[in-house]
Amino acid sequence: MTHLPYILAAYAVFAVIAVVLVVGAQFRLRRASKRLRAVDPRARTDGRV
Amino acid sequence: MDATYAAPGAKPGRFLHRFANPGRFLRLAARVQPFLTWPALILTAIGLTWGLSPALSPADWQQGDTMRIMYIHVPSAILAEGGYWALAACSFISLVWRHPLADLAAAEISPIGAAVTAVCLATGSLWGEPTWGTWWVWDARLTSVLVLFFLYIGHIMVVRAFDDPQRGYRAAAILALVGAVDLPIIKYSVVWWNTLHQAASITLTGAPTMDSRMLWPLGVSALGISLGFGALLTANLRAAVMERRTRSLLMAQAERTA
Repeated sequence: MTHLPYILAAYAVFAVIAVVLVVGAQFRLRRASKRLRAVDPRARTDGRV
Repeated sequence: MDATYAAPGAKPGRFLHRFANPGRFLRLAARVQPFLTWPALILTAIGLTWGLSPALSPADWQQGDTMRIMYIHVPSAILAEGGYWALAACSFISLVWRHPLADLAAAEISPIGAAVTAVCLATGSLWGEPTWGTWWVWDARLTSVLVLFFLYIGHIMVVRAFDDPQRGYRAAAILALVGAVDLPIIKYSVVWWNTLHQAASITLTGAPTMDSRMLWPLGVSALGISLGFGALLTANLRAAVMERRTRSLLMAQAERTA
């Protein structure tokens, strides 16, 4: 495969940014849900009625 | 319904205001989330593997294997522009109908939009060096996409620049709408000016000028990465709604005890 370092670098940039965004969103969602339940124990944040 | 989310006198946006109820939004978003996340992961994995495989997707006769960067670069370019259209639409809804979720959605779109624009610029640069012999050139397409990146960064900063969040959302919405002028410039930059960047290979009006063995993996990865954008936005928007609700409950508690 020609120009392999460029191709690998492009896929690595995508992978790193995607992982950072996904992990960040997951942590934020978990923290927000925990804090809301601490303030309002009746609050359902999981989508169930 | 929480008073913070009520928007009286907004009859034209009544349909949109059905989703201003945080409980209703959270229920709907939590149900939609898995239908975005799992297809996004599966389609992105399939599309990128397909695009990287020399047995399934051929190299370009002129550029060789470097064109395999396309399977990331093109979806991120589509999402950089598409994300800004969504940001402008949310800003318009926010300014006209004062929809509270439109404010939050705009604030959550801009960091993700900035990230995909950064991926688009970085992968374009990595594609440009072996193809054009340079990492960067100040041609109309590259420069207008760089301006788009700065518009996203500007939006993120303006949202957070005010003590009163409503003023921040309003100022950022105006910035987003003014910045939307960059979108047609990006699209037609390769037509209006003589650029190093190639013209579009896929258009709405004409047949694609690309081999179907490249077009299919590109379509699959574009769909997967777009669903990923939607999943990320939904997750961050859910978190933002919960954070806002927590703040309003804490303020209400503080007022009662004062």
